Amino acid sequence: MTRLSAAFAKPHPALVCFVTAGDGDTSAILDALVSGGADVIELGMPFTDPMADGPAIQQANLRSLGAGTTTADLFQIASDFRARHAEVPLVLMGYANPMITRGPEWFAEQCAKAGVDGVICVDIPPEEDGELGPALRAAGISPIRLATPTTDAARLPAVLDGSSGFLYYVSVAGITGMQQAAQASIDEAVARIKRHATIPVAVGFGVRTPEQAAAIARVADGVVVGSALVDLVAQYGASAAGPVRELTAALAAAIHSAR
Amino acid sequence: MNTANSFRTQPDERGHFGQFGGRYVAETLMPLILDLEREYTAAKADPAFQAEFDDLLEHYVGRPSPLYFAPRLTEVLGGAQVWFKRDELNHTGAHKINNCIGQILLAIRMGKTRIIAETGAGQHGVATATVCARFGLPCTVFMGATDVARQAPNVFRMKLLGAEVRAVTAGAGTLKDAMNEALRDWVANVHDTFYIIGTAAGPHPYPELVRDFQSVIGKEARAQMLSRTGRLPDLLVAAIGGGSNAIGLFHPFLDDMDVKMLGVEAAGHGLDKEHAASLAGGRPGVLHGNKTYLLQDEDGQITEGHSISAGLDYPGIGPEHAWLKEVGRVDYTSVTDTEALEAFQLLCRTEGIIPALEPAHAIAAVQKVAPTMPKDAIILANLCGRGDKDIFSVADHLGVKL
Repeated sequence: MTRLSAAFAKPHPALVCFVTAGDGDTSAILDALVSGGADVIELGMPFTDPMADGPAIQQANLRSLGAGTTTADLFQIASDFRARHAEVPLVLMGYANPMITRGPEWFAEQCAKAGVDGVICVDIPPEEDGELGPALRAAGISPIRLATPTTDAARLPAVLDGSSGFLYYVSVAGITGMQQAAQASIDEAVARIKRHATIPVAVGFGVRTPEQAAAIARVADGVVVGSALVDLVAQYGASAAGPVRELTAALAAAIHSAR
Repeated sequence: MNTANSFRTQPDERGHFGQFGGRYVAETLMPLILDLEREYTAAKADPAFQAEFDDLLEHYVGRPSPLYFAPRLTEVLGGAQVWFKRDELNHTGAHKINNCIGQILLAIRMGKTRIIAETGAGQHGVATATVCARFGLPCTVFMGATDVARQAPNVFRMKLLGAEVRAVTAGAGTLKDAMNEALRDWVANVHDTFYIIGTAAGPHPYPELVRDFQSVIGKEARAQMLSRTGRLPDLLVAAIGGGSNAIGLFHPFLDDMDVKMLGVEAAGHGLDKEHAASLAGGRPGVLHGNKTYLLQDEDGQITEGHSISAGLDYPGIGPEHAWLKEVGRVDYTSVTDTEALEAFQLLCRTEGIIPALEPAHAIAAVQKVAPTMPKDAIILANLCGRGDKDIFSVADHLGVKL
């Protein structure tokens, strides 16, 4: 059983927490996420042009790059995390160019060495899978794909084909950290996706509060929270670990007891 | 000509020009991109669509644009004959309108009711605002805050035409940031919004359809040159930011193997300093929906382009140019800010034409190459925009207070 499948095999829905690597004291923040009760860590790879992200994560990317974060730093953060936390799955999320710039095999190998479990690449749809997917699969890393409100039933099998770990359902057609989808539309979409998917389905985009998270956790296998955590890093800077742990604990309590 | 040996059959069915192009977009946009591809394929085969496009180009844009022999410039340079395709005489003052007419007809065909666009210098923004006014569709133009400040006249033009101009403060506030913001808007409004991309780049089918709409430049020029001189030109020259005017001129000639082609990138302060020459100073990568040459650091972070011309300072280039460079069909060179400024003034004084700073780069390349060619050789350069928008920044660079 992989770390990802173990996380989703727990008797409760999973809390997936996103922060941007190199924004604030990332190692302390990742530890706070784990001690707060996060089941899966999603670590953002900073990029100059985060086209799918709203203002909160855009700013986090710029803060990280402004502080001089490199790809080597990112993998150092990941492997240090793995040394401290042997069991918590770690997923990288980012954009194609920094992932493929030294070749997909190089990237996949670095992921494997650093103990990364999965990779979410925003701008490589199934149509361009060859750019990264084969290298990840060969290295034993899960390519985690996104499904969205515009992904219809005809397209869903293509999205699921070749993906593993979990499917990330983007609940709104839009960018990160903005409005939340109506709960009824999430219920309907998750039910529809779960008819096709054999892997767990986690839902994200616009989820900010324990109440929202609990409502989603009643139907989904996992809930992704990002911008609300990144906002705390922006607000508290070097001392963000405490507030991040508090929000994570509140989210975990709500999600883990949702059903 | 449509054989395996043709340079005119790209892209393949997946939108790839060799290793370049493709559809690198977020999943939310993917179904829409596929719809657009289907709709464009249908439109191409629909004589009514082509007829409406042609009619608007003739009666609204003012096509065909003239093919002009430049006698005094030719004399000054002392070599090959210099001819210009006068796309600066189009309605709105640049080649951008050709593409906007085509895309808004597609938007209407697809039932979209709102238009967005990105713009750098403002020429594409003005052209988009123009067609939106003509067809009565609401228009939002994303423009980097830096560009809003340095292109005030075009911002005012867009507003006069009824468009909303949104200043983008992210990043350096230039064209790449405007494109990011347009993509963010699009992903949130896919149900009713059509994104009119201004250059032959972005996810498939944009590079193909923009090229096809802009190919009117090369088709006209080819026929005009044959009828005026009885022969084809020896060399085509065009400036390249994203590369839409260049691909529009080049594409109809790609299988005329005696016609050489030269694309001119912006070398800014110099290729060893700040510049916007993606082919000369970049390497392949993925940005804004396509794989192409990009200015980037070793980690794949995108670096800012610089050029005196706001229309050229984009860190990428259309994927078909990346392919044409790799297969060697087109030569690419670059020209500095200083050289472009000199060429700008030269054309003003010799031909009574004030060019935009973008084609001033092409003219600077002509200035270098014409003297090395025999007097019976013919150079055809694309005069893709007029310089009215640039007189303030040119005055500034020349130290003149207006």
